[in-house]
Amino acid sequence: MSDQVTVNIEVNGTNRVATVEARTLLVHLLRNEFDLTGTHTGCETGQCGACTVQVNGEAVKSCMVLAAQADGQEVTTIEGVAPAGSLHPVQDSFWTDHGLQCGYCTPGVIMTTLNLLATTPDPTDEEIRHALEGNICRCTGYQGIVTAVKSAARRVAAGDPPVSLR
Amino acid sequence: MYSYPFSYHRPGSIDEALSLLGDFGDDGKLIAGGQSLLPAMKLRLAAPGHLVDISRIPELSGVRATGGGVEIGALVTHSQIASDPTIAAHAGLLAEIANVVGDLQVRNRGTIGGTLAHSDPAADYPAGVLALDAEIEVRGPNGVRSIPAKDMFVGLFTTALDTNEIVTAIRIAGLSANTGYRYEKLANPASGYALVGVAAVVRLDGSGAIAEARVGITGASDVAYRAEAVESALIGLTPNDASVKAAAASAVDGRDMLTDVHAPAEYRARVTRNLVRRAVLTAVSRARS
Repeated sequence: MSDQVTVNIEVNGTNRVATVEARTLLVHLLRNEFDLTGTHTGCETGQCGACTVQVNGEAVKSCMVLAAQADGQEVTTIEGVAPAGSLHPVQDSFWTDHGLQCGYCTPGVIMTTLNLLATTPDPTDEEIRHALEGNICRCTGYQGIVTAVKSAARRVAAGDPPVSLR
Repeated sequence: MYSYPFSYHRPGSIDEALSLLGDFGDDGKLIAGGQSLLPAMKLRLAAPGHLVDISRIPELSGVRATGGGVEIGALVTHSQIASDPTIAAHAGLLAEIANVVGDLQVRNRGTIGGTLAHSDPAADYPAGVLALDAEIEVRGPNGVRSIPAKDMFVGLFTTALDTNEIVTAIRIAGLSANTGYRYEKLANPASGYALVGVAAVVRLDGSGAIAEARVGITGASDVAYRAEAVESALIGLTPNDASVKAAAASAVDGRDMLTDVHAPAEYRARVTRNLVRRAVLTAVSRARS
């Protein structure tokens, strides 16, 4: 039996194909095969959430999913949340409301936030913190993140468009 | 980290999965959500040569109302359980538990079948299925059978499943009138696992005394268990803070508490007694309303 798999995945709206070892994790497929390095590896043990992406709209830790399991699915990474050259209102809120410092956890936090806002458009602080339990931040102490998410929720509910990068 | 190399298979039916498991023997392992298996493989604590991915087998998914109760397919994820209206109506305790398993990302992938088959001592669901007296339906090379929750969790990471049996569904009977439930948990802040988790289901009689009580405890010992001494002490009790606290005193009797890097045995024992008291009191107040 071969220990290789061929996967067909729609990544950020584009069909991508790769043949990799079966043990390849989704995070390594995205970073190494598809050059999408916005998704980060932090703890490699499935606790920090820096590797969070979306599979079929649901936030998942890509270091805890095999590339093979994403075959035939839709994967969204941080690179895909807004058109090139612009920031999604959620991303822009993290800038305006100081929801990041070093930025290493931030792509993962944003991918989880997008999942939260899709199911809970007007979250309370407690709902935000509960949704972000799987994303660990070493820098901010989380208050800036919560403020940014509340801001983001208002902007997404208001239908704000992506912001041009300046 | 990288697991050892393996071959990956994705059968389209339970029969095909059973056939593959038969071929691979000890060298084959099922995977669905993978939220426990993949971390173990990445740490090289588990090293199966073949993974059999059952996550897309249609017969294993779905939530069905069943005459007052509910049947939950093994592949239903914790996120789905937390938000499903049929489960909210007939097995709300499971929805309450599902909402606090791990974190959102884990809940989006992890499945109830996988959790029950894995029997992690710190998993949340075992306490809940014990308190709900659930039936766990499994299918193996010798056919279909049903395992009552109280017989399911045998030891550390050990269940009553025979070799190559697959959990297919979990069946829960509806709760009677005047019944309340509650899941209380002390979670590890990083992993989200239960240092101690207590699930209580309590039914009151016409006079407000406790007619029926089931208490499932996880995290405290090396396997989830029913706190039968507590249950006996609760029957016939007029519940209040003092009487329930007295009943909760026997919550860890006859059980070895776990000691690990997160908490010593005596701490777990004290937390267990406290969470039993809280869970029962909340279940009682819900039963009243």
